[in-house]
Amino acid sequence: MLSVDNLKIRGGDFQLHDISFQVAQGEYLVLLGASGAGKTLLLESLAGLHPVDSGDITVDSKNCTTIHTSIRGLTLAFQDGLLFPHMNVRENIAFPLKAAGLSRQDQQNRIEQLTNDTGTTNLLNRKPATLSGGEIQRVALARALAASPDVLLLDEPLVSLDSHARTELRSVLRRIHDSGQTILHVTHDYDEALSLANRIAVLEHGTLTQIGTPDEIFQHPKSEFVARFAGIRNFFRGVLDFPQDDAPQQGRFIADKLECTILTDASPGAGCLILPSEEISLFNKKPEGSARNVFRGTIKEIIPARLGMEVIVDIDVDLAALVTASSVAQLELETGKEIWVTYKATAGRFIEA
Amino acid sequence: MDRPNNITTYSNFSLMLHFLAGMVLLFILAPLVSLVVETPFNTLVETARDEEVRRSIGLSVWAAMAATLLSGISAIPLAYLLARKTFPFKSLVSALVDLPIVIPHAAAGIAILGLFAGDGWFGRSGIPFIGSSAGIICAMAFVSVPFLINAARQGFEAVPVRLEKAALNLGASPARVFATISLPLAKRSIAGGIVLMWARGMSEFGAVIFITYNPKVAPILLWEWFGTYGLDYARPVAVLLIGVSLIFFVALRFLTSGDHDAER
Repeated sequence: MLSVDNLKIRGGDFQLHDISFQVAQGEYLVLLGASGAGKTLLLESLAGLHPVDSGDITVDSKNCTTIHTSIRGLTLAFQDGLLFPHMNVRENIAFPLKAAGLSRQDQQNRIEQLTNDTGTTNLLNRKPATLSGGEIQRVALARALAASPDVLLLDEPLVSLDSHARTELRSVLRRIHDSGQTILHVTHDYDEALSLANRIAVLEHGTLTQIGTPDEIFQHPKSEFVARFAGIRNFFRGVLDFPQDDAPQQGRFIADKLECTILTDASPGAGCLILPSEEISLFNKKPEGSARNVFRGTIKEIIPARLGMEVIVDIDVDLAALVTASSVAQLELETGKEIWVTYKATAGRFIEA
Repeated sequence: MDRPNNITTYSNFSLMLHFLAGMVLLFILAPLVSLVVETPFNTLVETARDEEVRRSIGLSVWAAMAATLLSGISAIPLAYLLARKTFPFKSLVSALVDLPIVIPHAAAGIAILGLFAGDGWFGRSGIPFIGSSAGIICAMAFVSVPFLINAARQGFEAVPVRLEKAALNLGASPARVFATISLPLAKRSIAGGIVLMWARGMSEFGAVIFITYNPKVAPILLWEWFGTYGLDYARPVAVLLIGVSLIFFVALRFLTSGDHDAER
């Protein structure tokens, strides 16, 4: 287990302070923060590549705060991969294995296993300069795993990838996590956080403002950074399928207490549906027309939001709709009132797990 | 007022640049071409067969190589320290490294002689430096080692520190990082420094002549033949010396021009 207590780190013209959190054995913790929030500085400090001013970093009860980076057990996969340009992929992955003194045969076996896990088997003889962004990230991941870290530290691994490479790497990360690897992953992208994390920690103004499960973080955000994504309050885990052969992109999303239609080019399977709250419309009477997603519900709460008013409607699940204050008055919305809720099939965004 | 014609202005400027660049190239090439052109081929072959000439050129080549390799053992670590570490009086150390380039080589020869002469600090050790190959190597190393240190330092500075940090974080010791990351990525600069140091050492006259007259390195033989027999006898020795230098220069450049610079 990784335990971080009251860490204070100065870097450039800002500092991180009162950073405390734990990552349990086998857990996937995503550290979410805006660009420039100090996420990379925190990861590099945990990895032993940047000094900390005070506080403790403990791995499995062993205080690592001042232990040399090479024996810390916290291995960092850098944002840009940082593959060694003069070595091919095989040599890059073998680097930590050689440093650990593994025999040639053991190295070979481990490389085989790691390249299978990360889908890099066909890249072994290639030089880093010939690899695409997604391939670089997968090789960097394999190389970091070759160091057999207690905790794998990932610095925005998906940031510069196209959507296809992103989906691929996301499933690689999920596989690695499922195999028991403890992971601490920093990102500014809440899609990543949602689709991968067991828990999320929010880094803002140089400190951690909230730690919790994705549901806790996004449905009860304490941080302005998270609250800015107002639509993220409507997110549901479920399964996507495409029941109609004549409408290949018209998907059916089925969650625990929600079933709706969305237009998407995603692949069928498990994932998250995000419904931006500004895309949800409220009506006093059942709306006419072709809208596919129409629900009847009861207003639970009306909350003033940064932009307008947020109306929470219970349609078996809580759905947040962002409307103007004048709409609240016009529709005579109040807590306990029955109301119709609708959103277009194009409003929902499905993120593959 | 008429505006100047931009195209004409730039053409004139470009013409002037090419003319001035050509002047300096001509200045470098003219003496060498004249030297080669004015040396009859038969004389050149005859001189190449001369035992004394062959011995002196051979001595210059291997003594310069020995000076380069022996200096490299500590010059490359020093270059790495200068590139990577911060320490007190670092700028003073950098200036010290350049000192052999700026002091007159005859003065350098006197200084080395003082150190290795019978009553000098190392003279008392009993190791025969004066009048020996060891003395020649020492004089060559003194005047040419800054070329290797400076080139290697630039090479190490061009290796991204983050690559070294990544290697450390992957479990490698600092020594392994130096040997497997920093050194290979700086190898072209280091090789360039080796070529420069070797070439500079091989051509050294001023410092070497104070340490040893015999055995003669090629520049001393050239000087002696010029003084004794005149220009016609010295010229083929000079051509041979330049030819050998060029062959080694090109060969070393070829061998070290692999597929990698320090990728940044």
